[in-house]
Amino acid sequence: MALKMVKGSIDRMFDKNLQDLVRGIRNHKEDEAKYISQCIDEIKQELKQDNIAVKANAVCKLTYLQMLGYDISWAAFNIIEVMSASKFTFKRIGYLAASQCFHEGTDVIMLTTNQIRKDLSSPSQYDTGVALTGLSCFVTPDLARDLANDIMTLMSHTKPYIRKKAVLIMYKVFLKYPESLRPAFPRLKEKLEDPDPGVQSAAVNVICELARRNPKNYLSLAPLFFKLMTSSTNNWVLIKIIKLFGALTPLEPRLGKKLIEPLTNLIHRFSVSVLISLSSGMPNHSASIQVLKYLGLLAMSKILRTHPKSVQAHKDLVLQCLDDKDESIRLRALDLLYGMVSKKNLVEIVKKLMSHVDKAEGTTYRDELLTKIIDICSQCNYQHITNFQWYISVLVELTRLEGTRHGHLIAAQMLDVAIRVKAIRKFAVSQMSALLDSAHLVASSTQRNGICEVLYAAAWICGEFSEHLQEPHQTLEAMLRPKVTTLPGHIQAVYVQNVVKLYASILQQKEQAAEPEAAQEVTQLMVDRLPQFVQSADLEVQERASCILQLVKHIQKLQAKDVPVAEEVSALFAGELNPVAPKAQKKVPVPEGLDLDAWINEPPSDSESEDEKPKAIFHDEEQRQAKQRQPEADEEELARRREARKQEQANNPFYIKSSPSPQKVRLDVPGVEHIPVVQIDLSVPLKVPGMPMSDQYVKLEEERRHRQRLERDKKRKKKKDKDKKGKPRRHGSLHTESDDDLAPAQQVDIVTEEMPENALPSDEDDKDPNDPYRALDIDLDNPHVLQRSPLIHASTPVTHGSVAREPQCVPFLRGPTGGRRLKADHDLCVLFQKSSKHKKKKHKKEKEERSKDKKKSKKKKPPGDEAAEPVENGALDEEPLPVRGTSLANPDLALQTYDIQGSLQKDSQVTVSVVLENQSSSFLKNMELNVLDSLNTKLARPEGSSVHDGVPVPFQLPPGISNEAQFVFTIQSIVMAQKLKGTLSFIAKNDEGSTHEKLDFKLHFSCTSYLVTTPCYSDAFAKLLESGDLSMSSIKVDGISMSFQNLLAKICFHHHFSVVERVDSCASMYSRSIQGHHVCLLVKKSVSVDGKCSDSTLLSNLLEEMKATLAKC
Amino acid sequence: MQFMLLFSRQGKLRLQKWYVPLSDKEKKKITRELVQTVLARKPKMCSFLEWRDLKIVYKRYASLYFCCAIEDQDNELITLEIIHRYVELLDKYFGSVCELDIIFNFEKAYFILDEFLLGGEVQETSKKNVLKAIEQADLLQEGGAEAEGERESLKQTPY
Repeated sequence: MALKMVKGSIDRMFDKNLQDLVRGIRNHKEDEAKYISQCIDEIKQELKQDNIAVKANAVCKLTYLQMLGYDISWAAFNIIEVMSASKFTFKRIGYLAASQCFHEGTDVIMLTTNQIRKDLSSPSQYDTGVALTGLSCFVTPDLARDLANDIMTLMSHTKPYIRKKAVLIMYKVFLKYPESLRPAFPRLKEKLEDPDPGVQSAAVNVICELARRNPKNYLSLAPLFFKLMTSSTNNWVLIKIIKLFGALTPLEPRLGKKLIEPLTNLIHRFSVSVLISLSSGMPNHSASIQVLKYLGLLAMSKILRTHPKSVQAHKDLVLQCLDDKDESIRLRALDLLYGMVSKKNLVEIVKKLMSHVDKAEGTTYRDELLTKIIDICSQCNYQHITNFQWYISVLVELTRLEGTRHGHLIAAQMLDVAIRVKAIRKFAVSQMSALLDSAHLVASSTQRNGICEVLYAAAWICGEFSEHLQEPHQTLEAMLRPKVTTLPGHIQAVYVQNVVKLYASILQQKEQAAEPEAAQEVTQLMVDRLPQFVQSADLEVQERASCILQLVKHIQKLQAKDVPVAEEVSALFAGELNPVAPKAQKKVPVPEGLDLDAWINEPPSDSESEDEKPKAIFHDEEQRQAKQRQPEADEEELARRREARKQEQANNPFYIKSSPSPQKVRLDVPGVEHIPVVQIDLSVPLKVPGMPMSDQYVKLEEERRHRQRLERDKKRKKKKDKDKKGKPRRHGSLHTESDDDLAPAQQVDIVTEEMPENALPSDEDDKDPNDPYRALDIDLDNPHVLQRSPLIHASTPVTHGSVAREPQCVPFLRGPTGGRRLKADHDLCVLFQKSSKHKKKKHKKEKEERSKDKKKSKKKKPPGDEAAEPVENGALDEEPLPVRGTSLANPDLALQTYDIQGSLQKDSQVTVSVVLENQSSSFLKNMELNVLDSLNTKLARPEGSSVHDGVPVPFQLPPGISNEAQFVFTIQSIVMAQKLKGTLSFIAKNDEGSTHEKLDFKLHFSCTSYLVTTPCYSDAFAKLLESGDLSMSSIKVDGISMSFQNLLAKICFHHHFSVVERVDSCASMYSRSIQGHHVCLLVKKSVSVDGKCSDSTLLSNLLEEMKATLAKC
Repeated sequence: MQFMLLFSRQGKLRLQKWYVPLSDKEKKKITRELVQTVLARKPKMCSFLEWRDLKIVYKRYASLYFCCAIEDQDNELITLEIIHRYVELLDKYFGSVCELDIIFNFEKAYFILDEFLLGGEVQETSKKNVLKAIEQADLLQEGGAEAEGERESLKQTPY
C-alpha cells in the first residue's frame, strides 16, 4: 500500500500538467492529431490510478482537449469521480469538466444526483457554489425534479453568494420541471426584496425571463417592480425591469401612465452615461457607426409597428442601407421594407430589390432577398398588389435565379395566385407555357437546381387552365420533350398528369372544329412520347404514365372507329378546384355520436402467435394499397366511380362544395379588357420571355395611374365647372393621391380560402406544443390552482404533460371529501367559498362537475366534521376543498395557506403564509385574522392586545386581487399535530354599501411542518445512532409501486428529510425539528421505515403521517 | 444567452460555454459554422448578425473574438456590455490579459465566467464581488493544494 503511494507520487512527477499539454500541442503543430492521441493514451493510464490528484489533472487536460473538439464522453465516469473528491481543488475541476461535456443524453448523469445533493448542503459555500454552477449547465428534467427542493432551500441560505446562485438556477429548473414554479414562486418573490443587491438582481432576472414569456401571470408584481425601479441604482437591474414593464404595459394600460415619470427621470439620469459608455466601449469609430446604424434600423422596425407613417417617410434612407456592405444591416433594412410597402410604392421597392438580387453575391443573401420579395408581395392576402400581371412577371423573372433553394416558394406563389385570382389565369397560363417552352433554360444541366420546382407549378397551371392556352399543341409538345425525363420525379409526375388534361382540351377543340385527323395526330403524339415516362425510375411517374398510356391507346382505338371521345375524356377533369384553408380540416368538428377511438373492426386477438402477426399485418397492408392504386386504368370504371363519388359528395354534408361565391360573379366585369396586354414574342427562343416585363410594367403602371388621374381631374373639372364656388381640394399635378385612390388594374378577386361552415374558431392553432415556455404559463395569482403542484409533482414525476392538462377537476372526482383535507407537508388546510369564477369557458364543464360534487359533499358531511376521513384523498390534499361557512351569505373570499415554515433560530415559532384572494366584485378591507388559541399553540399578536383580538392583515384587497399575508404562531410542544379554528373578518364594500362579513377556517399543523431539512454527514449520523438516546419505532407499508428513488425523493420533499447515505435498496435519512429533536430514518425498499428520534411521541406521529403519504404511492 | 465562444483570429477555439444542453456533434457544427461566418466579416462591419433563429453578438479584442448567441428578444447592446464586462474581469484578474493567459489558464477563465454568468443570465453585476469570490475560491484551492503537498511529503518520510 505504502509502496503504491510512493509510486503514485513519483509517477506524478513525470505526468504532464495542463500547461505542459498546451505547450506540447503548440510545439507539435505538424502532427497535432498524433500528439494528442498519444496524450489521450497517457490520460487513460492516469485515470486508472487511485490517486485523485492524478485523476483530476487528467480530467483537466481532457476538458482542454474537449474544447479542441475531441470526444471525451468515455471519461464521464471518471469526471464524476473527480466531482466527488472531497477537496475543493479537484471538485472544481470535476464540475467544470461535467459542465462542459455532460448533456441530457449522458447516461451517467443519473449517478450525480446524490453527489450534487451532498455538495449543495456542504458547509463550504464554494462547494455549494461550484455544484450550482455545474448544475446550471447540465440540469436534466430528472435532476431538476430530484433537486428542486434542495435548491429551494438554498434560496434562503444565510450567504448571499449561495442565495443568488440558487435563485438564478431556479430558472433553469423551472424550464426543465415546470411544476416546481408554483411552490417556489412565493420565495422567489420574497427575494425581490432581499437585502443583498446581487440576490435582488438575480431574482429580477429570473422573474423578468419568466414574465417575458407569460406576462399576464405577473401583472400583480407590477407595484413591487415599480418600487424597485424607482429605488434601484443598479443599471443592469433597471434595464431588466424596464424590459419587464415593456411586456406588462400592453396588458395593463394604466401602467403606461404611471411609468412615464420615473422613465423620464431615468432617461435624464442615464442618457449621458449611456453615451459615454457607448463611446468608450467602441474604440473603433467606424465600427461604432455600423453598430449605431444597425440599432437605428432596429429601432425603426419597432416604431414601424405603432407609427408606420413616420417611418415610411425614410424609405429612401432604408433603401440606401440595402447597398451597405454589411449583411446584417442589409437584412435589417429588408425587415423594415416588409412593413413599409404600400400599394403606391410596392412596384418601386420590388424593382429595387430585384436589382439587388442581380447584384447580390452569396446565395444566402440572395435567397433571403427572394423570400423577402415574395413575403412583401404576398403579405396580408396580397393587399398591396394592384396589378397581378406585374406580380406574375416578377415571379417569372425570379426563376432566372440560379442556385436558389427557394424554387418551391416561387412555385407555391404561382399556384396560389393562379388559383385564387381568376382574372389573371389567362395571363398566367401564357407565361407558364412560355416558361415550359424554355424549360431547358430553367432546369439547365444542374438537376439539383432548386429552381426547377417552378416547372411543377407551370405544368400544373398549364394543364389545369388549359382552356386559356393560345397554342395548346405547342405546349403539349414542350411537355413531352425527352429532356423532361431528367427532372425530379415529383415534377415528372405532375407533367404526366397535366399532359392528359392538356390532351383532353386539345381533343375537344379539334373535335369541335371537326378535324379528326388533327385529333388523331395528337393521340399518336401521346402514344409515341408517353413510353419514355413509363420507363421512369420514379414509381409515381411510372404508374401514372402506364395508366395514361393505356387510356390513350384505348382512345386511339375508339378514334379509329370514328367515335367522338373528347366529351368523355374531358369529363375526367371536370369541376373546379377551390383553395381550402390549411387549417380547415382541423376545424371540422367531430360529429355527434362519432367515437374516433372506437374500433372499427374487432381488434386482432392476442392468441395469434407473435411470429405470424407482423407478417399478416404487412401482407394485409400491401393488398389494400394495391387495391387503391388500381383505378384510373379503365375509363368507364373511372367514370362510374366519379359518378358514385359525386353522389356521395352530394350527400355528404362535410364535403366542401365549390359554390359560386358572390365575389366570383364580379369577375366578368369588363375591367380585364382595358389592360394593355403585352405581346410576348415566343419566336425568340433564347430569351426568357417575361424577363424584361416587370420593368415595362412599372412604366405601364405609371401610365395607367396617370390616365386615372387625368380622368379624375376631368371629372373634378366638370364638377368644378358645375359648382364654381367649391374650392379646389387638390391640385391635379401633385402626387397626393392616397393609397385608397389607387384603383387596381384589374377587377381582382382574391378568392378566400374556404373553411368548413361549422368550423370552431380557436386561437390556439399557432401555439407550438413543444414550446418549453408554454409549460411555465401558470397563473401564479390564482390560489385555487396554486397549491396543486408540490404533491402532484412528487407523486407523478413522469407525466408532466398530463398533469398540466387536467388541472382542477382531479380532486373532485376522487371521492366526496367535505369540509376538510388531510394535511401534507408544506401546506395546510385551505378553505374557500366559491370555486374560482375566473376560470375560462374551457373549464366550464369541470366547474359544473365541481359544483355538483360540492353539493354532494355538503350533504354528506356537515362543515367542520372531520372525524372519519377517507385517506385516499390525501395524495391530492393540496387541492383546496370547499368549506361552507354557515354564516356567510356571499363572501367570495378565497383563503389559503400554502406554507408553514419553522425557523431554527426561534425554536418555538412557525410562520404560516396565507394567500388571500378576493373573488367578489366588492372591495375588501379591514381584514383581521383571529384564531382560537389552544394551550399549546398561540397566534403571535401585537403587543398589548388580548387573546380575543385578531391580527390585522396589512393590506386591502380590490376585486380580483390576491395577496399574501404571514402570521407567526408560537408553539410549546411540537410532538403532536395540531388543529386550530379561526375566523377571518372583513368589510366588503361595493356599490350597494358595505357589509361586515366573516369566514371561518381551520388550520392544521402536522408534525412534519415542524421539521427543518438539515443535512447530516454519515459519521455524525452514525454517532447519533450509537449514542443510544433515541427511542425507536417502525412502520411497514405494502403495495408501493413507485421506484425507490422516487420514494426517497417523496419523503425528502414532503417530510423535510435529507438522504444521508444510500446503499442499494436501503437509505438512511435525517431531519431535525425546530426544537432540536433529531429524527433518523432507515428506509428499506420493501417498504419499511425504521425511525429513531429523541422523542417517541413525535416519532410515532411522524411515522403515522409518513405512512399516510406512502400509502398513496 | 444560449452560449458563448471565444476564438482566435486563426479560428482556434479558446473557450466555449453552453447554456443549452446540446450534443457534442451539434456543438461542433455550430462552432465551425459560426467561427467561419464571424471571421469572414470585415472589421468595419457591425457587431450583430442573425444566424438561424438566434442573434449573434460578437466583438473583437486584439486577436480574440468574443461571440455570444442570444435569443430574438434579448437585447444586443446589453450583450455587448456583458462581453466587455467579462473582458474587464479577465483583465483585472490576469493583469492586462492576453490570449496566452486564456490558453494556459483556461480553467480560470471558465471559473471567472461562471462567477459572472450563471445559466446564461448575469449573476453578479459588481466586478468587485466577482473577483472577490474568485480570489477566495483560489485561496481555498491553494490552501488545499499546500495541505496536500505537506501531507504527501509527510507520508513519504517514514519509508
